[in-house]
Amino acid sequence: MNFEYTDDQQAIKSTAHEFLENRMKPEKRRELAEAGKYDDALWAEMCELGWPGIFIGEEHEGQGLGVLELCILQEELGYALAPSPFFSNAAAGLVIQHAGSDEQKQRWLPGIASGEQRGTVAWVRNGAAPLVPDADSASLIVLLDGSNATVVEAGSASVESVDTIDSTRRFSRVEPGGDGDSLDAADPSEALAPIATALSAELVGVAQRSMEMAVEYAKERQQFGRPIGAYQGVSHRCAQMMMETESARSVTLYAAWASDHEPESQDLASSMAKAYASDAGWRVSAASLQVHGGIGFTWEHDLHFFLKRAKADGHMFGTAGEHRDRVAELAGLARREPAAA
Amino acid sequence: MDLTLSPQEQAFRDELRGWLDENHPGQEPTGDEAAFEFRKDWQRKLADAQYAGLSWPSEYGGRGASLIEQAIFNEEMVRAQAPPLANVLGLVMGGPVVIAHGSEEQKQRYLKPILTAEEIWCQGFSEPESGSDLASLKTKAVKSNGEWLVTGQKVWTTFAHESKWCMLVARTDQDAPKHKGLTYFLMDMEQEGVQVRPLRQITGEAEFNEIFMEEARIPDENVVGGVGNGWTVAITTLMNERAGLGLGSAIALKIALGQLMELAREQGLDEDPIYRQKIAQLYIEAECLRLTASRGLTFTMKTGIPGPEGSLAKWQWSDTNQALTELSMDLLGDEAPIVHPDWTYRFLRARANSIEGGTTEILKNIVAERVLGLPKLR
Repeated sequence: MNFEYTDDQQAIKSTAHEFLENRMKPEKRRELAEAGKYDDALWAEMCELGWPGIFIGEEHEGQGLGVLELCILQEELGYALAPSPFFSNAAAGLVIQHAGSDEQKQRWLPGIASGEQRGTVAWVRNGAAPLVPDADSASLIVLLDGSNATVVEAGSASVESVDTIDSTRRFSRVEPGGDGDSLDAADPSEALAPIATALSAELVGVAQRSMEMAVEYAKERQQFGRPIGAYQGVSHRCAQMMMETESARSVTLYAAWASDHEPESQDLASSMAKAYASDAGWRVSAASLQVHGGIGFTWEHDLHFFLKRAKADGHMFGTAGEHRDRVAELAGLARREPAAA
Repeated sequence: MDLTLSPQEQAFRDELRGWLDENHPGQEPTGDEAAFEFRKDWQRKLADAQYAGLSWPSEYGGRGASLIEQAIFNEEMVRAQAPPLANVLGLVMGGPVVIAHGSEEQKQRYLKPILTAEEIWCQGFSEPESGSDLASLKTKAVKSNGEWLVTGQKVWTTFAHESKWCMLVARTDQDAPKHKGLTYFLMDMEQEGVQVRPLRQITGEAEFNEIFMEEARIPDENVVGGVGNGWTVAITTLMNERAGLGLGSAIALKIALGQLMELAREQGLDEDPIYRQKIAQLYIEAECLRLTASRGLTFTMKTGIPGPEGSLAKWQWSDTNQALTELSMDLLGDEAPIVHPDWTYRFLRARANSIEGGTTEILKNIVAERVLGLPKLR
């Protein structure tokens, strides 16, 4: 039993960390967030690095790695809070790779892997998908409704851009429409597990960064003649952030590993990860704001971008409460009668 | 990253499982004395199969097991619902301290009877005035005619009334700074100068004792690690106490959660959305504890230094176990205060979880100061 990254995984992590540290300076992020835009040049570079296809099979021009490697990138993207269509495109790739026929995979995966024909997933419930990332710019949309999925070209579905608290990501409301190509080589809803896990990894990165910002501030900020981090009211709050961030990381790593190596466990594992990381992402960033005091509540400070991303992520692809109910179901509290759809 | 067991780990687990199937001693008898004798017999059986001092080097009767094998052992013992061992403190703390800091004579003298439970060990660290601030302890040892005379009081000592040896930390230099004037002794409990009094706790039972020492005698050869080095030696003991406990305690939580779900069903509350949320949250936290503890093992095995995971795991475990037992009371509704065979004791006993073996506040200080590098208030 070994939780250590392999040398290759470690290399992916450090390359991503350095690249994003250089390319996603706070001023740049702020500029993009305030304009509600992504940086095309940055996306092109991410594509050159092969990131969009990291988990896509080599036969479809991806790198042939797994969900774990995808999650390593996701954590770093959360840490850097880089505005980009990376996640939405990966979500589409995960569904198509899982449930597409050979012909369908051949048609769509290379474009997703290269980043030239981006996709996204609209998770349709009660007839509409209210919060779909990047549907306004994707070339194709996977409409996932229960255990049915169809792929539609951009323009076929009704896409209406929505304003959210998270200005580092673009969202739309999608209503199904147009003729789609049905994905039925496997149950497409099974791909929700790695999608939720990838979001959990992003939340871990957001939590880690929010915690580091709080700790750094608590060491510098002086009140009553000493750094505020010397007071247990502050230092214990920081310790709590660390505990929650590490727990979220542990359960997310497990869920990613399960997707790659123990698929029968991935349903429970991913719901545990998404439930825990959704809460942790929010609580850690909110606690960080409290440690920052008044400055943390200003638009000028960068923390609010992290706080808002954490909240939005926590509500995408299942809230903490929904995933917890799923955990209850899978862990031993099966319902006597299936819940009404 | 590979979360499956290696072939050797798998083989170790299978062998242990087979052994536990064949040798499980069954239900513990009632009555303190009978239960303790039962635990001694059980430990002897484990020692004969070289399962007692698993981590000890083989020359002292152990197997030199890896941290993962120790974790597997703890996990399997809990899973099999095997009774506890009689000489836990001797095995987990006493033996490792003697192995790390003791002289060759001490190793020859003390280690074997620890393994076989022939001699039971207890720990004399905490005092009425020295809890979290352990280094402020006042029990005094004075050298006189080649032996030490000890006067003072210890508290929260488990098994003191059954013990032959006490791991005692006492002040041997009044003038040195508080961490420097301490010495680690092995004190014979069977002597006139040592009085043991049971300490009744909120559960009504007396799991712990107070020890009163009035010129208790300790020969000079019973100093471990040298005069004045007591703090360093004691820290080894405490680190051994926390290391590797995470996985076993996570499995214990999972078993308790199974019982809690059963209780929810009995009470007709298993489909209640609020209880489902709360139970699932506890399940997730128990899994987080297990996984973080496993990550810690990977780190420790690579670096040789236990990380902060021991502190994190102990803190998380006490939070989760308290929440779990509180939830059992909620599920019992208006009958909760009525003494219940499964839940009342656990509910009350859990209050000590966030105090014993390092209070949650101290553990948070450790994380804040040593891991996050925040300044100390002191």
